[in-house]
Amino acid sequence: MKKFLIALLFAPMLAWASGAAVHLDKWPGSVSDKAALQHGAKLFVNYCMNCHGASYVRYKNLLDLGLTEQQVKDNLMFTSDKIGALMNIAGRSDEQKKWFGATPPDLSIIARARGEAGNAGAGADWLYTYLRSFYRDDKRPTGWNNVVFENVGMPHVLYGLQGQQVRNHETHALELAVPGEMAPAEFDKAVSDLVGFMVWMGEPQQEFRRTLGFFVLAFLAVLFVVAYALKKEYWKDIH
Amino acid sequence: MAGGTFEKYKSDGSLGGNVLEWVDARFPATSMWKGHLSEYYCPKNFNFWYFFGSLALLVLVIQIVTGIFLVMHYKPDAALNANGVPVAFASVEYIMRDVAGGWLIRYMHSTGASAFFIVVYMHMFRGLLYGSYRKPRELTWLFGVGIFLVLMGEAFFGYLLPWGQMSYWGAQVIVNLFSAIPVIGSDLSLIIRGDFVVGDATLNRFFSFHVIAFPLVLIGLVAAHILALHETGSNNPDGIDIKEKKDEKGIPLDGIPFHPYYTVKDIVGVVVFLMVFSAVLFFAPEGGGYFLETPNFYPADPLKTPPHIAPVWYFTPFYSILRAMVWNFFGLDAKFWGVVAMGASVVIFAFLPWLDRSPVRSIRYRGPITKVMITIFVICFFILGYLGTLSPSPMGELVSQVCTVFYFGFFLGMPWWSRMDKFKPVPERVTFK
Repeated sequence: MKKFLIALLFAPMLAWASGAAVHLDKWPGSVSDKAALQHGAKLFVNYCMNCHGASYVRYKNLLDLGLTEQQVKDNLMFTSDKIGALMNIAGRSDEQKKWFGATPPDLSIIARARGEAGNAGAGADWLYTYLRSFYRDDKRPTGWNNVVFENVGMPHVLYGLQGQQVRNHETHALELAVPGEMAPAEFDKAVSDLVGFMVWMGEPQQEFRRTLGFFVLAFLAVLFVVAYALKKEYWKDIH
Repeated sequence: MAGGTFEKYKSDGSLGGNVLEWVDARFPATSMWKGHLSEYYCPKNFNFWYFFGSLALLVLVIQIVTGIFLVMHYKPDAALNANGVPVAFASVEYIMRDVAGGWLIRYMHSTGASAFFIVVYMHMFRGLLYGSYRKPRELTWLFGVGIFLVLMGEAFFGYLLPWGQMSYWGAQVIVNLFSAIPVIGSDLSLIIRGDFVVGDATLNRFFSFHVIAFPLVLIGLVAAHILALHETGSNNPDGIDIKEKKDEKGIPLDGIPFHPYYTVKDIVGVVVFLMVFSAVLFFAPEGGGYFLETPNFYPADPLKTPPHIAPVWYFTPFYSILRAMVWNFFGLDAKFWGVVAMGASVVIFAFLPWLDRSPVRSIRYRGPITKVMITIFVICFFILGYLGTLSPSPMGELVSQVCTVFYFGFFLGMPWWSRMDKFKPVPERVTFK
């Protein structure tokens, strides 16, 4: 019994033991911000889609972001001319594996895959932190390493925007050694928009799902009143 | 009650009446309606815990109907498509994105799986509280345990179908458990998988089991469960027999017809359940990463073992019991004893009718020993469940071993502790407000 009580006492500590080692910054964006999602889409097709596909998503899904078909065709479609086409990249994954050591994963549902048990929204935080945590590392074949994803095969694709960070050997903090095109705050916003796009892409109908949810719950609330009144009416004679 | 005979319907001369008389002469329509609904007498004092039986039936219907629509679009194929994604995995995302309303159907099915276990655990707990498994309802209980076992198999087979990382590796781990059985083990796991690793053969046979074999057995057992219940009549929170006090017409004084009284009451329960169900479905369909586990958003990759493989939450208490066994006994591997302990921890529920020796059924008239034992059992069940979601750790192992001892102690000690308690006198009639 004593052993059992001691064990109970320590049970909450088990949760910490399994926690993530790296601190993740909270993703500040929202999937209801259409302008941010459009910006994210632009960054995604220009920077990510050189290597990563989003093969479950169709270009026509982008119309939900408040864009017209012509806008999507003119600005966001580089690999296809059919609006109903999937956002694929050319099939060259074997070569990609040779170049990077691993095939760049499909990003359609990456924001959901990076979530955690007990915190499904953590995927966005992970991406938001990961994309801002590249630093110069000459020991890596690409010249880049990442704090969140140690020895990642991916080079820092956004370095032109962010600039080059180095990792301080004593504090292990990242410091901006060479500034990029964007000021740090501007870059954070750009990454936030990009992450927002990936969160949206993980489930394009998620806003509609929530809206529908309110209607369903409102209907059920009315139905509850009716059902409860019906029950009361029938049961009033039962003593 | 259900076993009784009812007079056949006599037409009043109307068209509907004539049709019913014609049918009734050839099929026990009136008899079944009366025996199971309008003249099936239930105790009038059912409380909150008595909603979960009808809710389990509702969830079963939800699972079957949504399942029918999912099968129309899902493809059990482990081959890679042109984008290098397994066809099965891609077909689930296709349902989520391109099939009209597919996301709703899929989320209903995935949320329904967890809801099924929540509802069934509550239903089983009700049986434990009020001694519903006691004589003469042993067979109802046994059919119920059968339903629980089949449901676990059904859930396990279904979990492989999305062909995500956790689907794949979860199945790999569980099927490998069978290889721990001496002599026949490795051949047995080979037969289950149909291959040396989990692969296309496994996916196809699990699909077949999930959509045909197990649902058929499940529906048969549910029918048997309800028939057995209606033969003996329902228990109630006082654990007394309402058939002992009848009026001159032979109707139990504390009994009310299931229809309309419990149909209208269960509608209220259904609406409340649907509110909770919809809140999850529409606002947190991943169930915080417990209903849809996040690693399962990666397609199955036989070359990449995830760092932490955990079963879905409803299996974790039993999984913890499996992991708690770390000793080799009698020259047999600890893994084998883990499998034995895990199997025993589920099957032991079937013995409850004969383990419980208390002179009264309901916890209302049982003393502190019962209350303490049930409380400890529930706490251990929750701790085991929680530990099963975590990676193994020395402290977790110790805690799960302690909880496993209590878990089995609860059942195996029951013939003694259930008799030792202090009991209160049972009332003549049911307690009703």
